[in-house]
Amino acid sequence: MGIDKKSEPLNRVDGRAKVTGKAKYFAEFEVPGVTFCVMVTSAITRGTVATINTKTAERAPGVLAVFTHLNMPAIPGWAEQGNNSKLPSGGEKYRMLGSNKILFNGQPIALVIADTLERAQHAASLVTATYNKAAHNTDLLKNKEKAAMPPRLGDYSRGTDKDAHNTAPVKLKADYTVPVEVHNPMELAGILAFWEGDDKLTVYAKTQGVKSTQRTLASAFKIDEKNVQVHSEFVGGGFGMGLRTWPQEVAVAAAALKLKKPVKLVMTREQMFTLVGYRPYTIQHISMGATQDGQLTGIYHEATAETASYDDFTEGAVSMTRFMYACPNVTTKYRIVPLDRGVPIWMRGPGEATGAFALESAIDEMAYKVNMDPLQFRLKNFAETDPERNKPFSSNNLKEAYQLGSEKIGWAKRNPAPASMKDGEWLVGYGMSTGVFGAHRGESTCRAQLNTDGTLVLQSATSDIGPGTSTAMVQIAHEVTGLPIEKIRFELGNAAFPPSGSQGGSATVSSVGSAVYDVCTALKGILTEAGLTFDNGAVKPAAGKSDSLQDVLSKQNKTFFEVTKSSKGGEEQGKYSMYSFSIHFAEVRVHPGTGVVRVKRVVTVADSGRIVSPKTAASQMIGGVTGGIGMALTEEGVIDHRFGRFVNNNLADYHVPVSADVPHIETIFIDKPDPYTNPMGSKGMGEIALIGFSAAVANAVYHATGKRIRELPITPDKVLSA
Amino acid sequence: MDDQLKNEEHTGTSRRSFLKKSSLITALALTPDPVLKAAEKGVDEQIASAIETMPLNVMINGVKQSVRIEPRVTLLDLLRERLHLTGTKKGCDHGQCGACTVHVDGERVNSCLTLALTTEGREVTTIEGLADGDNLHPMQEAFLEHDGFQCGYCTPGQIMSAVCCIREGHASTPEEVREYMSGNICRCGAYSNIVDAIMDVKQGGKKV
Ligand code: FES
Ligand code: FES
Repeated sequence: MGIDKKSEPLNRVDGRAKVTGKAKYFAEFEVPGVTFCVMVTSAITRGTVATINTKTAERAPGVLAVFTHLNMPAIPGWAEQGNNSKLPSGGEKYRMLGSNKILFNGQPIALVIADTLERAQHAASLVTATYNKAAHNTDLLKNKEKAAMPPRLGDYSRGTDKDAHNTAPVKLKADYTVPVEVHNPMELAGILAFWEGDDKLTVYAKTQGVKSTQRTLASAFKIDEKNVQVHSEFVGGGFGMGLRTWPQEVAVAAAALKLKKPVKLVMTREQMFTLVGYRPYTIQHISMGATQDGQLTGIYHEATAETASYDDFTEGAVSMTRFMYACPNVTTKYRIVPLDRGVPIWMRGPGEATGAFALESAIDEMAYKVNMDPLQFRLKNFAETDPERNKPFSSNNLKEAYQLGSEKIGWAKRNPAPASMKDGEWLVGYGMSTGVFGAHRGESTCRAQLNTDGTLVLQSATSDIGPGTSTAMVQIAHEVTGLPIEKIRFELGNAAFPPSGSQGGSATVSSVGSAVYDVCTALKGILTEAGLTFDNGAVKPAAGKSDSLQDVLSKQNKTFFEVTKSSKGGEEQGKYSMYSFSIHFAEVRVHPGTGVVRVKRVVTVADSGRIVSPKTAASQMIGGVTGGIGMALTEEGVIDHRFGRFVNNNLADYHVPVSADVPHIETIFIDKPDPYTNPMGSKGMGEIALIGFSAAVANAVYHATGKRIRELPITPDKVLSA
Repeated sequence: MDDQLKNEEHTGTSRRSFLKKSSLITALALTPDPVLKAAEKGVDEQIASAIETMPLNVMINGVKQSVRIEPRVTLLDLLRERLHLTGTKKGCDHGQCGACTVHVDGERVNSCLTLALTTEGREVTTIEGLADGDNLHPMQEAFLEHDGFQCGYCTPGQIMSAVCCIREGHASTPEEVREYMSGNICRCGAYSNIVDAIMDVKQGGKKV
């Protein structure tokens, strides 16, 4: 069982559609009679809408309706979902336009629907509101006393000496800050919804999970899941923001039902800062102890993150610390602080990226304290088995990755002393870090249809936000059946296909790929029974048989063979600790006069099992590193806490990396199959590409300057004032 | 003619029936008072649309488009919402991301910052008009080969921008390409592949 050969680099199977503009994203489907929705949002952060005047807007040309809390059609499933009293935030559920209450700045207070986009935009500008303002809290630092343990994540502790981090011969205590970061996929969020009658809903959605969107809508409108069609074939990036079906998307569907017309909402970039999640502002405290010769004796890691007043968003900021190093005493805690903010959502690498910045910075700091090379220090504290679960790793090629990466970047050739290297007037620094993320595999189902002409069509209700899912799936099917790539088509982004999980947590290839593997294997069995076989890229009569595929199908009165297989991991999933690993090496230049940091060179090594699709996998790595450059140097959602409002909610002021910020990135794959994760031997890739990278940059800045920046992003002012 | 029809349909039947009975001239000739009365009767929408639109004649991808549009309509929204040329993308609507890049008379512009009426008599090329039939433009080929994208949403804008980057003479070195392509954001982070693709086309010497 399993695929043992290396995969060929393949151009994307859906690439042609993307370079010709033919790929259709949710807002681009032509639906006759479509109407346009524009949202009016709250100018205050907490309180109530006192009055709202929609008269002028309603009379503006082309306007079909203006919905506010006064006339919003009821969403039946919203009446009863959830139990607020259990939330540590103690707040009430957020029900958009369900009442006049304002829970965060930028909350929609009206939906304006008109026959053209411009008319909807103009009419939205005519809606006016007055408010009863209440005091608000949006600043985590001023509300730390509200920190509470989230119901979904308890404290962790191992070892007999809880105080080891405090009593060790060498101690490090440091605080690290990761600011609000916003996913900002290039495609604007929204939805296009229409109904047939009052119980059949069709949506074109921007979602990372067509099935979860289907479930959310079905339960909101209390209709059968089968009556909700969700289409999402192309998604213009997600990075986590598409893991929820957001309230405004449900509200648009409700408006479409009421108006009996198709309604399309394309949010503004500004609205995407408040209404589709973000990486929560998180402060972290690490206390670390080691012996003089560099053996870790204790780590204490506490992270405190913001959440909404109405939700208990929780992520794995402290999970890496629990198992990454062979340290006998480890304690981790995660706390959430409810604020008057929209709810966060996992953003690429999610909490692990936040945690890795702190842990991998601290490891670097400790290495310098004990006078060791940071790479040697990591090797000295290397965990051969998972110290958290006391299980062997299903595969762990970190040592090889450390070696390959360090050779490539020229780690040994650098002068390890801080502030010792120069290139003209620029200071030169090298930094490294480790990234890790669970190699998850969920249950997934795939249908295969082998047609008379020998083409193979595979279908699964998964999504693709860009990593190249179809390409990887076609590649797996090709490797199992031997059929040429051109004869295989993988279809996704349709909730009517056999069920799969959402695209998140780097689990798609492992989960859906296993279903593809299994269904292709099952198809082989069906062919054998029919006296046929896959032979040299075609379906041929089996040895001693003469009927062709066409003959066999026509004798059976069929036009195709079909089979559907569901696939999930077995008991090996419990026996081993399964993780993907990455090592990032960054070379930076720091300008001593201006404090500007430039990433000059990157080498990134992935130990993510067998690489199923080398070309798209390399792109995922460079994409993650690029996101990491933003996290390290430029990205920060800045809130003016006096108003509880973002001051940089646009792409001119919130700086995602542009081409000039990104150097050539070298990617190295260990490309060794993991024996236990799945039949392909693959492990996930999307998260590890980013996790840890910001620490590599921070560590390189330290090496260049001798200055330790513990608060992201590393902007020139921080470098100069450190 | 066809396009005119399309446009009328788009703004709804009420407007079409109004246009049958009336004309732009008569609509303009109405004094404010009757307009007000008409508004009370609920026909202000028809009047407004009749007097608020202007004719536009523009060549888009070699096809002459004659439409009536409101002056506030951007080239981007004209392409996407009225002509259904959705290859051109909206990423910000503020000239901050480059997703909407098209060529107007051969130069790259942000179509979200371009009022459609300003393209009267001009030639617009969008991603849909770049290939020669089934033969991809060399830049499209290079993006495919170098995997210069992931989600593909910024891609049409990147490709349109990249073509001009070479035409303008701003693709001598990778550093120069990075500088002159920095108006096109790719959140998936395909930049290093995009730079490789552009250098490849530049060095291949094919006419872009
Ligand atoms: S949509 Fe025009 S620049 Fe962003
Ligand atoms: S390919 Fe996704 S934004 Fe560029």
